[in-house]
Amino acid sequence: MMSNLLEVKNLSVNFPTRNGVVEAVRKISFSLGRERLGIVGESGSGKSMTGRAILRLIQKPGILEADHILLEGEDLLKVSEKAMRQVRGHKISMIMQDPKFSLNPVMRIGDQICEAYRLHAKASKKEAKIKTLDMLEKVLIRDPERVFRSYPHEMSGGMGQRIMIAMMLIPDPKILIADEPTSALDVTVQKEVLEIMDDLVRERGMGLIFISHDLNVVSAFCDRVLIMYAGRIVETCRADKLHEAKHPYTIGLLNSIPQLEQPVDHLEVLQRDNAWNLEPSVNAILNGENAS
Amino acid sequence: MNSGNEAGIELDQVNVWFGEHEERVDAVINAGFSVPLGGSFGLVGESGSGKSTILRTITGLAPTWSGNVSVLGNALHGEERDKEFYHNVQMVFQDPYASLHPRQTVDHVLSEALYLHGFDEPDRRIVEILDDVGLTQSFRFRWPHQLSGGQRQRVAIARALIIESSILLLDEPTSALDVSVQAEILNLLTRLRRERNLTYLMVSHDLAVVSHMCSDIAVMNQGEIVEILDVEALRALKAKHPYTKELLDASVQKRRQV
Repeated sequence: MMSNLLEVKNLSVNFPTRNGVVEAVRKISFSLGRERLGIVGESGSGKSMTGRAILRLIQKPGILEADHILLEGEDLLKVSEKAMRQVRGHKISMIMQDPKFSLNPVMRIGDQICEAYRLHAKASKKEAKIKTLDMLEKVLIRDPERVFRSYPHEMSGGMGQRIMIAMMLIPDPKILIADEPTSALDVTVQKEVLEIMDDLVRERGMGLIFISHDLNVVSAFCDRVLIMYAGRIVETCRADKLHEAKHPYTIGLLNSIPQLEQPVDHLEVLQRDNAWNLEPSVNAILNGENAS
Repeated sequence: MNSGNEAGIELDQVNVWFGEHEERVDAVINAGFSVPLGGSFGLVGESGSGKSTILRTITGLAPTWSGNVSVLGNALHGEERDKEFYHNVQMVFQDPYASLHPRQTVDHVLSEALYLHGFDEPDRRIVEILDDVGLTQSFRFRWPHQLSGGQRQRVAIARALIIESSILLLDEPTSALDVSVQAEILNLLTRLRRERNLTYLMVSHDLAVVSHMCSDIAVMNQGEIVEILDVEALRALKAKHPYTKELLDASVQKRRQV
């Protein structure tokens, strides 16, 4: 039971607007152990909001509600904003979708990573630099010294994302929330980056929440998957069993992907069913006993 | 391979570079391929491999290049393109959020294209093209911010086709979209090509998407075309060049590895 790093119960995120309340996330429950948990869904399904809600990064007028968000037994909803800042980055860190907006454009890359490290670890500038160069090498950057001295605009999108991964992993967090970390990368690089994340998660016994719209990537690199639609979890399954999914939404998504080896003239288009909006969310909390 | 007058797009020994002397970066090195009229040709490769640069060179957006590029049998030079070129060749960009003017309605965007190319009966043409790209008439007077990503991409395609262009340059047209929406847009592009006998030159990083759309595929790596193969060879995973193999491995493995 206590093996869960994170347990989220009945999480909702609502945005009051002039035309009524938009329910971005509707009462979802899930847990995260030392595993790689994938959250898939289309844009607008609430998957990114879920990731942000865990870190309490929902901006006003958004309203975050939950029975609890337990991080190793501590309820993050009851923690002060100041203490929350210790959680962010140090215990749970997050890789956002676009590195261009996550990196400081007027600060050298090396300095940014060093800063991230020194915020949470007592280290001299020299140690931080060594650690940073080491980390840059770990994310397969060919010339870490040059990258260390560069500014973000000199980097491609792919490089930017590797830098983000380096920066987020350097404080040695317990949980990493990766929000579409590889969507901007090429397939060959994507594989490399996922392998790096994979290694690090295993090595350090971290929990990974991997948010993505790419079902193939999720099924290949996660242990367990939550499929979200319109703010709810419609289905949860083991990642390697994703292709045996039963919910019509999951099946529709899987069928709409072109396959390299099986050519088709016409791709199947997802037919949405209004009933999906009304189904209750699936509970995805795993207890110690029935965890596989 | 093709007789000169049948070629849609032909490139021969094309080099594109940025900067001069020590600053010089070779973005495209000795690229050559030809796309027959009515054909569809794909360019795949990593970011920075020069695939988008080739499209930009064709449309005259690359400042320094050498070699021979011809479109519909007309040789192109430098950055200058005449009106007829733009009439024939249109481009659809990757990011539908950036490629539509935020303060112009769909109607404005489409009628401007018609006006620039001297077409009559804008009303009829706009109604027709919206139907053709699968948007209802209610979209006609909407602003871009009132459209979803897929709908915007449909408007971008409508803008390219409303002037009856015959060649479309597609720069990652679906990479910003969800898979379900991607399927809709790919189906739309396939249908339009069949109905209008369009020629496609498509750039993508996704091998599955390119092989769905294109009959011939060039694989680029660090500015060079390392291999050109047809879609059957690609589907049978019969690549010769090690880089292509690596690329194939990566995309097949993505699905299989568990």
